Amino acid sequence: MEELSWGSIFLRVIGQFWPVWIALVALFLVSFRFKRRLGLYGKLFDSPVGMMGFALVMFWVFTALFADMIITHDPLAQLSGLKNAVPGSPLKQPVEGAYPWYLFGGDHLARDVFSRMVMGARRVLQIAPAATLFAFMVGISLGLPAGYFGGKLDTVLSFIANLVLAFPVILLFYLLVTPEIVQTGIPIWFAAVLFLFPILFLTVLFNSRFFTNPRQRNLYVGATLVIGLWAYSGLAFNLDPTGVWSMDPNLLNVFVSVVFVNSPGVFRIVRGMVMDIKARDYVAAGQTRGEGPWYIMLWEILPNARGPLIVDFCLRIGYTTILLGTLGFFGLGVSPESPDWGSTIDDGRRLLNIFPHPALVPALALMSLVLGLNLLADGLREESLRD
Amino acid sequence: MSLFVLRRLGLMLLMALVLTFAVFCLTNLQPNLEKLARSEGSVRMTDESIANWIVQNGHGGSMVTRYGQWLGVVPGWTYTDDKGVTRGRCISAEVPAEAAPRYCGILQGNWGFSTFAKSPVTTVLARSLGHTGWLMLAVMLVMVPTSLLLGVLSGMREGSRTDRVLSAFAIATTATPEYVSGVIFVALFGSATAGLSPLLNQWGWIEGKTLFLGTATSAMDDITFWNFSLPVMTIALYGIGYIARMTRASMTEVMTQQYIRTARLKGVSFRNVVMKHALRNALIAPFTVIMLQFPWLLNGVVIVETLFNYKGFGWTLVQAAGNNDINMLLACSVVAVFVVLVTQLISDIGYVFLNPRIRLS
Amino acid sequence: MSDWDPSKPILEIENLSISFFTRLREIPAVMDFSCSVMAGEAMGLVGESGCGKSTVALAVMRDLGKNGRITGGRILFKGRDLTTMDDEELRQIRGSEIAMIYQEPMASLNPAMKIGAQLAEVPMIHQGMSKADAWALARQIVADVRLPDPDRIINAYPHQLSGGQQQRIVIAMALMSKPALLILDEPTTALDVTVEAGIVDLVKALGEKYGTSMLFISHNLGLIMDVCDRLCVMYSGEAVETGNVHQVFDEMRHPYTQALFRSIPLPGADKNARPLISIPGNFPLPHERPKGCNFGPRCDYFTEGRCNAAEVEMREIPGGDRHASRCVKWEEIDWTAPPAARIAKEKTPVGKVVLKMEDLKKYYSVSGGAFGGGAKKVVKANETLSFEAREGETLAIVGESGCGKSTFAKVLMGLETATSGSILLFDENVQSTPIQQRNTDTVSSVQMVFQNPFDTLNPSMSVGRQIIRALEIFRFGASDQERQDRMLELLDLVKLPRAFADRMPRQLSGGQKQRVGIARAFAGGAKVVVADEPVSALDVSVQAAVTDLLMDIQRENRTTLLFISHDLSIVRYLSDRVMVMYLGHVVEMGTTDQVFSPPYHPYTEALLSAVPIADTHVTRKRIVLEGDIPSAMNPPPGCPFQTRCRWKSQVPGGLCEREMPPVQMLEGGHQIKCHLSSEVLATMEPVIKIAAE
Repeated sequence: MEELSWGSIFLRVIGQFWPVWIALVALFLVSFRFKRRLGLYGKLFDSPVGMMGFALVMFWVFTALFADMIITHDPLAQLSGLKNAVPGSPLKQPVEGAYPWYLFGGDHLARDVFSRMVMGARRVLQIAPAATLFAFMVGISLGLPAGYFGGKLDTVLSFIANLVLAFPVILLFYLLVTPEIVQTGIPIWFAAVLFLFPILFLTVLFNSRFFTNPRQRNLYVGATLVIGLWAYSGLAFNLDPTGVWSMDPNLLNVFVSVVFVNSPGVFRIVRGMVMDIKARDYVAAGQTRGEGPWYIMLWEILPNARGPLIVDFCLRIGYTTILLGTLGFFGLGVSPESPDWGSTIDDGRRLLNIFPHPALVPALALMSLVLGLNLLADGLREESLRD
Repeated sequence: MSLFVLRRLGLMLLMALVLTFAVFCLTNLQPNLEKLARSEGSVRMTDESIANWIVQNGHGGSMVTRYGQWLGVVPGWTYTDDKGVTRGRCISAEVPAEAAPRYCGILQGNWGFSTFAKSPVTTVLARSLGHTGWLMLAVMLVMVPTSLLLGVLSGMREGSRTDRVLSAFAIATTATPEYVSGVIFVALFGSATAGLSPLLNQWGWIEGKTLFLGTATSAMDDITFWNFSLPVMTIALYGIGYIARMTRASMTEVMTQQYIRTARLKGVSFRNVVMKHALRNALIAPFTVIMLQFPWLLNGVVIVETLFNYKGFGWTLVQAAGNNDINMLLACSVVAVFVVLVTQLISDIGYVFLNPRIRLS
Repeated sequence: MSDWDPSKPILEIENLSISFFTRLREIPAVMDFSCSVMAGEAMGLVGESGCGKSTVALAVMRDLGKNGRITGGRILFKGRDLTTMDDEELRQIRGSEIAMIYQEPMASLNPAMKIGAQLAEVPMIHQGMSKADAWALARQIVADVRLPDPDRIINAYPHQLSGGQQQRIVIAMALMSKPALLILDEPTTALDVTVEAGIVDLVKALGEKYGTSMLFISHNLGLIMDVCDRLCVMYSGEAVETGNVHQVFDEMRHPYTQALFRSIPLPGADKNARPLISIPGNFPLPHERPKGCNFGPRCDYFTEGRCNAAEVEMREIPGGDRHASRCVKWEEIDWTAPPAARIAKEKTPVGKVVLKMEDLKKYYSVSGGAFGGGAKKVVKANETLSFEAREGETLAIVGESGCGKSTFAKVLMGLETATSGSILLFDENVQSTPIQQRNTDTVSSVQMVFQNPFDTLNPSMSVGRQIIRALEIFRFGASDQERQDRMLELLDLVKLPRAFADRMPRQLSGGQKQRVGIARAFAGGAKVVVADEPVSALDVSVQAAVTDLLMDIQRENRTTLLFISHDLSIVRYLSDRVMVMYLGHVVEMGTTDQVFSPPYHPYTEALLSAVPIADTHVTRKRIVLEGDIPSAMNPPPGCPFQTRCRWKSQVPGGLCEREMPPVQMLEGGHQIKCHLSSEVLATMEPVIKIAAE
């Protein structure tokens, strides 16, 4: 077995991603076919930039989904003789049924760089969108009343938001994401507060809309509370009796910190948009027919702020990915075995001058994902402004 | 105007107090102190002796009191042990217990002693800030003019080819965090086995093994183009993309304003429309952005100094955090928070100053 | 330029066609447009929004943006074709030979440049004048546009001036190099009427003084009559009629022009005896224009097979003064016949008192200074307001910006609570009850119709859903089905097709949105409806339809309508009683006849005179007020109107500057808040005289 040339590495990598290509082609064909009926999502397919971004993002999403089919080796397995092996190295002791090469070489512990990169996508795409979503829930739940009511509430909330924003992120991480913090149990309390917001948000959302029809209201609010509190008990306190919802304490700490860092930014955007939209006549119309403030905020104002919020959501997932990478880069919080991109870059940088590939591969992966998200956001912004 | 500045100063002071208190709490958590006790005392201490150590070294008492001591508004702790030796916050080898002042917090200039560097915090901090100062200066000199130029050029004719190319570049750089661009730069220019350097070496264009140095350790003594370019570019790149995009957005918005049309239809040439009418209005927003970039630049500094092994502020921060060096970490936080707050203040005042609509109303 | 013969037109547009290109299709904006402007002549371009009038102006400036392109025809300026000029030639003509004035004065001035610099730039570019000379000229022109204290003004920034002053600066800027042609694009639309009158006077005087030709674009026929010699009526991208003002106004030869005049409230129109006739249907979208005559589908004289056979040419009308019409049937139509569709309606009897306000006061306290410091200031938005409104009555509240009419509406609706005084609604005091604490009945019986049709509906909720939500909140009906049925009935009520229930607001035109707004307001069977300028943002032909709809619903439900407006023409047309407000004070109140005939409050007199009327039989006394409306933050001492009042000298002893005038009760319950003695008031002459027809 000899070393692969650059060309055949390239071809083999492309081939290895086959489930992703099929999924991508299917998605694009369907979307193109019905693009006039799909609203903003459909209009995305009018913008080359947006399409390119969407394709990049979906590439990684599908990679994360089909990671098990794509990887060539166990991302944690160390094969002898492949320490810092160059891309395309063959296995020293070929095993029956095992993939005979390390496509992107081996890292300093002789693990397959390619498979770690693919599995890393799964790690990153598990945490980043979820953390961003929670940050949006918190930011929206606080930004709406701050912008709508103004006054003292706004002053206090804005002050707190500015405090968090004034912290250099890296410093905050060094203070929040430490084993000592996990020992004190502070992250659990953080989680207890932050994870409450989605439940509150949905409860208020349904109640304000359906309070005129108690049966419907009870159904929606009841379902929210049952599912929400179940998940809440598991995620925040690890008390879910069924064990469906749980989170590793280290991961919880990382997650909570990332939500905490992102929320003030969302808060500021929402607050600004509310202040703008609340001067509209349809808001006044809601007020003059006696709607409650939360109905107006959640059903009259929020849907009309969705354009910029969706754009910011995309950008913020990218930002969160970068933050998670930063955490990994400094070896904070996540387990040392973890194949997430930040940690792999950190592992690889020590021998960067001699063996750049273990760091370069995850670096380029992370860059392309964030680039895709940025392009997607750009395309969405352009298209939503176009009407 | 002066009232406005005063109010902002007051607010800034309040924020500084709250933030430093938060940092103080987070660095003086019980587990941190226990860890400190083990590293300062002995690893095999019993739980009881750890508790004693903590109290005897002034880490007992309420968080607020300790914060007050650190700040210098509450008298420093003293402890007299069984042998009659008095130790205390304000007592050291040079200052005997009898002559020690009552207050010795950071307000009195006492930043404490770094347990990791084994020297006073101020000494270490001053040296590392000096290193970082040069780095930041170089970054600013590269980043600000480049990004503004790129932003203005792409924003003045929205949708043109220049705009598309420059925007693509800007988006790509904002997608590249420092730890990615740093790795790429080193692989491309600073690696003896990959990228350009082996080729250049082979062709005999460069004498050394690499084009640029992959570490900036030597830049601490003597900054040269070859050892400083990669770290500076790494930090600047992300900021360039970000500020350029802001400038572009601001510029395109200004270019669609009515008064730009007025100017055009007055017969003002395109050059002057941009230079005289658009630029000033378009640069108000990026100014704020540049100032608010500082917290992020600090991020970049920490990453780059770690990556390039440049012993500046960021490197110190990482070492302090990694080695549970509480005083050092606190001092670093104070500096970081201070820098951020000051830039925010400048940004606020500058915004008002640049904008006649607000200044004169 | 020297070879241009001054007896030839200064601007000649020949068969101009302009299109905008979007990703999906080409949208023709202007088709086959021709007109000419002679030296010293003022040409009016009139039409509803979207008819292409501003596009023509921008084409003359060759500033159509990235997507707009001239697809045919020529634009000759002093004999030279503008459409073929390169950028450099255009640059030399722009600002020096052709200048333009825009709708939004604030937006058209650079916020970061001093006024003087913006003015001086023009001669510095075009005549190569030195900076000092240019600034001196700027100062002189600023004085020319009748701005006080020019030295201060040229050193000021735009935001330091009021809207009227800014527009004068924009005019000054256009005049800096004495252009041969001035294009004015809705120059007064953003201004208050009394300020508008001053600007119109100024434009006319300057046009005469400098001999400048003008292309005056407006949707307001009255304004066109005041300013222009000739006009061109546009409809859906085409010129439909052109001629001199008198011929077009009195002997129109196009059905659209005729319909337009019949739909605007001129003196003499009356909601019961002579109601307005709205133009049926809607303005065609640019890519859905019908074959043949664009106006065909909405025209009373439409003949199948003739009007929609082929594109209609513009034809000269013999015996006219360059009068032409784009109608194939103009020779056959009996232009003097009275309109067939006019149905006189019965007057609604007025019932018992529904709403009574006594000594209502609303003060706001705001912090002075931009940086949050400084002493708190009190803004008196409403000062001792007392009136009553009866069932089935229309009470108009008239005033310009800052007069407190919107605050009054907010207080009545319960969005704000009054500082003092009482509001009796069906004998219940709601003065200090904010809307959250009012019961559902009270809330549903007082509703509001809003001004801006593009803002009145939630853009992300379907039309039906929004009406049903109102029904839900008013606790109407027991089931979803009942509410659904009621919603469809409401759509019928406002004469919208039931299919609109599933549409999103962006699929509706302005008038249709306003109808949905009305349906929503009447969802809970409102007894009192506050209509805040409900038609001012709509095109004239749609205005009539929406007003009539309001009147019809009022007749049926015996609703009390509080009609807030700045437009006296429409107020005279539909209201029973009128209340005139100025800076938070009611300065005059009485029946419509009382307010519109002498004696007037001096402000009412000026307001009446300021409103342009598109009727050649009407003569108006010109009263142009000095200066702008004072800020409500800083009202003048004594009578609020004393800074601009032309009758002030008739009151002895400077009383106006010291004391708030008392309310004088004249005969028939007519109230005037003025120091003028009844003898002086009796000498007032009517502002508007209608010549016998």
